[in-house]
Amino acid sequence: MAAATKFNRKLSKSDAIEAYKKMLLIRRFEEKAGQSYGLGHIGGFCHLYIGQEAVVVGLQMCINEGDQVITTYRDHGHMLACGMSPNGVMAELYGRSDGYSKGKGGSMHMFSKDTNFYGGHGIVGASVPLGTGLAFSNKYKNNKAVTLTYFGDGAANQGQVYESFNMAKLWELPCIYVIENNRYAMGTSVQRSSAQKDLSQRGISFGIEGEQVNGMDIESVIDAGKRAVAKVRNNGGPYILEMLTYRYRGHSMSDPAQYRTRDEVKEVRDQSDPIESLKNLMIENNYLTEDDFQVLNTEIKQMVDQSAQFASDSPLPDPSELFIDVYQ
Amino acid sequence: MKTEIHMPAMSPSMTEGTLTKWLVKVGDQLKIGDPIAEIETDKASMEVESQIEGVIFEFLVENGQDQIAVKTPIAIIETNTNTEKLKGKLFTNTIDDQPKKKTTKDQNVDTDKKQDKISVREAIRDALAEEMRRDKNVFVMGEEVAEYQGAYKVTQGLLQEFGASRVIDTPITENGFAGLAIGASFSGLKPVVEFMTFNFSLQAMDHIINSAAKTLYMGGGQLNCPIVFRGPNGAAARVAAQHSQDLTAWFSHIPGLKVISPFSARDHKGLLKAAIRDPNPVIFLENEILYSEQESMIEDNDDIIPIGKAKILREGSDITLISHSVSLKMCLEVSKKLSKQDIDCEVLDLRTIKPLDTKTIVSSIKKTNKCVVVEQGWSQSGVSSEIISVIMENAFDWLDAPVLRLTGKDVPMPYAENLEKLALPSEDELIKIIESLV
Repeated sequence: MAAATKFNRKLSKSDAIEAYKKMLLIRRFEEKAGQSYGLGHIGGFCHLYIGQEAVVVGLQMCINEGDQVITTYRDHGHMLACGMSPNGVMAELYGRSDGYSKGKGGSMHMFSKDTNFYGGHGIVGASVPLGTGLAFSNKYKNNKAVTLTYFGDGAANQGQVYESFNMAKLWELPCIYVIENNRYAMGTSVQRSSAQKDLSQRGISFGIEGEQVNGMDIESVIDAGKRAVAKVRNNGGPYILEMLTYRYRGHSMSDPAQYRTRDEVKEVRDQSDPIESLKNLMIENNYLTEDDFQVLNTEIKQMVDQSAQFASDSPLPDPSELFIDVYQ
Repeated sequence: MKTEIHMPAMSPSMTEGTLTKWLVKVGDQLKIGDPIAEIETDKASMEVESQIEGVIFEFLVENGQDQIAVKTPIAIIETNTNTEKLKGKLFTNTIDDQPKKKTTKDQNVDTDKKQDKISVREAIRDALAEEMRRDKNVFVMGEEVAEYQGAYKVTQGLLQEFGASRVIDTPITENGFAGLAIGASFSGLKPVVEFMTFNFSLQAMDHIINSAAKTLYMGGGQLNCPIVFRGPNGAAARVAAQHSQDLTAWFSHIPGLKVISPFSARDHKGLLKAAIRDPNPVIFLENEILYSEQESMIEDNDDIIPIGKAKILREGSDITLISHSVSLKMCLEVSKKLSKQDIDCEVLDLRTIKPLDTKTIVSSIKKTNKCVVVEQGWSQSGVSSEIISVIMENAFDWLDAPVLRLTGKDVPMPYAENLEKLALPSEDELIKIIESLV
């Protein structure tokens, strides 16, 4: 089979297993977060990453220790992919003292210097100049690190994105702009919001090259990601990866999703689910058996259940925490 | 016919300038647009072009002469160009082609005690340079900070000493470069971002408030943002509503920001150094009108002035005048005038607006029992409103009169000279308020 041959060439057994586990962890974690939200354990805004897992897991496999990641508010997947603990992330969603932000940030605002995850930013588009600044600091320190700056198709229409593109190219900053195009900015489709619908070409007037990538296929993500990282790390200046992807759930938990049909969602799920696709390929390549997958599934489910238990057991922040960390 | 050429006004705030060099000689034929002299203002050096045709008859100021007031005659032009016959006889006075290195004033500076005087502009630059020498992670970015040497000449010389990797000219994209600098600070750099004026910081307000001020708190202390945003704030001269406003109260409203608004040159230096070393985002508000103000500098160049401490500029017993930045000039003037009427004003320089030095404010009120707060900013929800609340909460029993305030009028800044004056707090208004209380 052509697909299998191609796959064999690109993804080793160990990489395939790692990618599968990470994607499944994000999927199950987000499902649990959705349930917990319904039960009232999680409040406020909660934007789930279900459907987009291949993007962040694939790209994380392309970068090195010391490279940085920054994104907007649909950030749970990025945190788990960076290696932040499901316990700490879930506890933060629960608003508890053992959360990454001691319960003061919530879903959209978590950071981890240890894993080089720089947030988690709630304002659409804000991650773009901030990520460009991380890349600036890499160039300033000449440390050869690159920055993955994630944002969505909605943020791609923000003016500050283009202010950042201009400076990134002017100063040849080592920044990869990852546009996660999941087709909808909240309820407004790219078709209805964007004059240039090929978002990978949004850097053209600044001389920044880009390409569209099938973000539902982890092989394609890794292939494009490795090329982009090599180019950018080798003083190639900024680059744009537009990841064509899809979110199965609403924009946030309160989204009735009337802007798209159930059939549209079903079609993507049935035909191009990133986790199912990888699983099929792994079976075809005899990497794992159905029994092995059962074991993996159980392992991940336990990890996620444990994170919910950990979150639920964690105390609320002490009232004294109210005035801590306003200033350092 | 002889016509005078006058010292031109070359910037909104220019009142005088230095004629660094004549570019023509007596007897030279001038056409409209010919460069005739190089003039240095508070902001820049530029060439003055002739607006008339004629022959240079006489220079009224010499190369290197400084403190020439705007509108002073600087040369005489003979506009009757048919003067070939006269030329050899009359146009005999010549002047040195080389600019004089030392002016009268400079020579004094070298010999008398004024040599330790420093302007606010130089104080800021020295603070930047000293901190950049001390810590290689400190860098300066903003519009025209490098090659142009600063729109107000504050960053003069920094590019030459520290190079283009640490003194960085940005495109005119305030939101973009504010966000970029904040991102750089997240990973350990210490940016000093210049807003050409704080009017343009409004473009960057989202990043200042949502990214810089809140990240430490939102992340439970994980990620701090050691950054300084600096530049001129408050009314300039004759630049109208969009370029002339005091935004101190806006920034002071935000938890997570520190806000500094100094008056003296020494305080500018010591507080800017403290701001750069502070691990939090600091808004450092300067004032264009104060840039050329001078003050004697104490010898210790490494003197850090702690953030959050007010200063008594003038001791007094009858009433406390509380203010910050350029308005203190007026408070000191008024205090001098009223002392002749035996009204003894105490003048309190807030220096830091956030965190506010409640202790010094309250102890002054306990001494004088009366108070007027003065600011250029608008009155509603302003700095003065906050100070009055603090006094009510902490010193009500010591008050002998209501605390009053003198603020900028509740209007956008008008352009016309007379209206602009009316929009700003005036000495007469302050004197009337004080007299109504004592």
